[in-house]
Amino acid sequence: MFGYYLDLALRSLKRNKALTALMVLAIAVGIGACMTTLTVMHLLSGDPLPGRSQRIFYAQVDPDITDKEGQREPPDMLDYHSATDLWSARRADRQALVVDSRLKLHAPDVNLPPLMATMLSTTTDFFPMFDVPFQYGGGWSADDDARHARVAVISADLNLRLFGGADSVGRTLRLRESDVRIVGVLKPWRPSPLFYAVAGGRFSNGDTADFYGKAEDVMTPFFTGLEINDGNFQQFNCWGIPSTPGHLQNAPCNWIRLWVELGDGGKVAGYRRFLADYAAQQKALGRFTVAGNTRLRSLMQWLDFNGVVPSDVRLQTWLAFAFLAICLFNTVGLLLAKFLRRSGEIGVRRALGASRLAIFAQCLMEAGMVGLLGGIGGWLLTLAGLWLVRRQPAAYADMAYLDTTMFLATFALAVAVSVLAGLLPAVRASRIAPGLQLKAL
Amino acid sequence: MQIKPILVALRKHRLATALIALEIALACAVLCNACFLIAGRLANMHIVSGVDEPSLALVAVTGYDDAQGPDVNARVVAGLRGIAGVQSVDVVSTVPFGSQAGAVGITKDQAGQSFGGVIDVYVGGPGSVQALGLKLIAGAWPQAADYQPLDSWFPTEARTVVSKALAEHLWPGESPLGKEFWCDKFHFRVIGMVDHLPIAQPGSRGVASAEWAAFVPAMPGRFLNGTYLLRADPRELPRILRDAPAAVAKAAPDVVYDHAGSKTVSDFRRDYFERDRAMAGLLAGVIVALLLVTALGIVGLASFWVQQRRKQIGIRRAIGATRHDILRYFQTENFLIVSGGIVVGMAMAFALNLVLMKFYELPRLPLYYLPVGALALWVLGQLAVLAPARRAAAVPPVVATRSV
Repeated sequence: MFGYYLDLALRSLKRNKALTALMVLAIAVGIGACMTTLTVMHLLSGDPLPGRSQRIFYAQVDPDITDKEGQREPPDMLDYHSATDLWSARRADRQALVVDSRLKLHAPDVNLPPLMATMLSTTTDFFPMFDVPFQYGGGWSADDDARHARVAVISADLNLRLFGGADSVGRTLRLRESDVRIVGVLKPWRPSPLFYAVAGGRFSNGDTADFYGKAEDVMTPFFTGLEINDGNFQQFNCWGIPSTPGHLQNAPCNWIRLWVELGDGGKVAGYRRFLADYAAQQKALGRFTVAGNTRLRSLMQWLDFNGVVPSDVRLQTWLAFAFLAICLFNTVGLLLAKFLRRSGEIGVRRALGASRLAIFAQCLMEAGMVGLLGGIGGWLLTLAGLWLVRRQPAAYADMAYLDTTMFLATFALAVAVSVLAGLLPAVRASRIAPGLQLKAL
Repeated sequence: MQIKPILVALRKHRLATALIALEIALACAVLCNACFLIAGRLANMHIVSGVDEPSLALVAVTGYDDAQGPDVNARVVAGLRGIAGVQSVDVVSTVPFGSQAGAVGITKDQAGQSFGGVIDVYVGGPGSVQALGLKLIAGAWPQAADYQPLDSWFPTEARTVVSKALAEHLWPGESPLGKEFWCDKFHFRVIGMVDHLPIAQPGSRGVASAEWAAFVPAMPGRFLNGTYLLRADPRELPRILRDAPAAVAKAAPDVVYDHAGSKTVSDFRRDYFERDRAMAGLLAGVIVALLLVTALGIVGLASFWVQQRRKQIGIRRAIGATRHDILRYFQTENFLIVSGGIVVGMAMAFALNLVLMKFYELPRLPLYYLPVGALALWVLGQLAVLAPARRAAAVPPVVATRSV
């Protein structure tokens, strides 16, 4: 039966090639636009740590003494005092302080000019907590953190640029004026977004494409980094002017992030209590003016709160769907014309015993075929669309490729749209009264 | 032309008519709003910088300690001045469309109670305002004595030049000259006003605050170094920028030349608005595709109707209708359907605009977009229906005498 309907559909489509081409084109263009934007959305709104993200949390307290009421959101980052207090309390399964900065980097035994690099300063738990993949060597130990050891982990990119991709563990890098020993080289690692660095999204006016940048070139133990690059740290915000710009350890500024891993709901509640207790204690000591303003958001909640998907991308997605809707209406109209044009034929078939359901199914099959053809066109247009996206100057541009899920989604969406478009015309066609049509013949 | 018979005929095809009308309505809604979005992006891109963009370029260097700043300044400025064709080299914190620098929240009182918004403060050494080519509309430029040495980001007592937009925001209807504002311990007194000076990343904090900027004079040194404003003949700037890395490397071998941060101001502007340009291009592409699909839909359905009504057309021709009458019939029919779609489409355009206003900080859709959009769709409809209508007009009267 299926094969027969398929044959009927193909014959019918071949009969009026121009009309078929119009429908296929409309579906293809609509699907191409939709799938291009959906692929970008899929890329930008996905979970950067699948399977782990629900255990990762971002801690916030409010050390800003100018915030008298504590009604507004706490600052997006922590001051040095709070960050190191919370970190050294070690109340979570894992905890990592994170701060980034820029510095001059040079490999003494490589004949290349010094370059400006980005440095992530963090603590040992960062690597296991975020499942960071290593190509050579590994992270540093808690002992290295405590001793302010001069060690570093470098990115695959930097390793390629400086050492041609060879195993560079044990070699030396000069970071500003200090020499550090490489203990690990990462595999290419490109979380989307660069979740641990996300902050301040609510102040960015929807222009959040930069959250999808590359990971830092070099990573050092937290306190080592603060020593090496002292004077070059950027505050997120300050509620007073720091006495020495760039040296923020004692400044009234927020500039450090704290990520924690909490294994289950009980621990999460416990950590929330711990944050509240800490804020209350700091208020009692006179360092905070408000105690109740603490937050512990999960990774995905934090990304949502920051609205990481750029508003332009969301706008493009809406636009693409509006466009698809127009293509859909168009296809409904054309299918209706196509089916009703064959009223005579359908009348004969009904008179010969075909049931309404059979006519309905045959019409839908034809619509589905149009969808399948449109899907192929849509897939090609999606590839072209993504090629255009990759040429855009956005931080995520290099990641815009069609994966298997979205490839299959292209065809699923195309067939679904065309079958949807075929429903109404098919109902109309199946309701054709055989008698009337036969009389007209 | 009689409209009533057309309406009666359309009632026989309610579904198809409604489909085409709805498609037109959706197209009208999307068309008006997409055009409005494009206009907004283009308006963003045409923000007046107030500086003499074609003659200016920025050279940035990094990779040294602030303590070495004065030394680096001296050597790089000397090195850049040595390039043939350079008219002036001055130290500035940044330029419009350059990297973000000096965004601060200010207050209108010393106690910090009356918040005045977040503004950009440009800091520049002697000669930099003249090099920028800003246009003073009130007050005076800073004098030599106003360029004070820095021991932080800004001088503690700064004599500042503000943009007209900032003055109107802080002191609406008043002359800004002599007015003061504060940022923590820093005190700013206004001595002049320029007609335009956008923040370094205009639009990044919303459209209203795109020109909330001030210029503060200071001496280059530990806290003002590494970014150099070059002024030269526009035709010579590209060559000068090509020569700059070598000149800097010769004058200050230890610093790292920041290639991404060293461009002509025109290039900074072009790159800054790349995203807006891409979005405007995309919207324009969608509009074209949308009109095309709508037109094809009309062609398809009209052709179907012509074929379906061949016999009726033949009868009308046989009893005296001219080819012109038949042509007119289909054109009027299309006009009626499109008009119906436009009426619904205008309401939908407004609804869509309300949604966009809610999520994207857009202004209300100006009313004149609606008649323009309607006109575009009427023209589109007439063009699309022309070929099928002509085919209808070509149906010979003899068709009436044949049974199928």
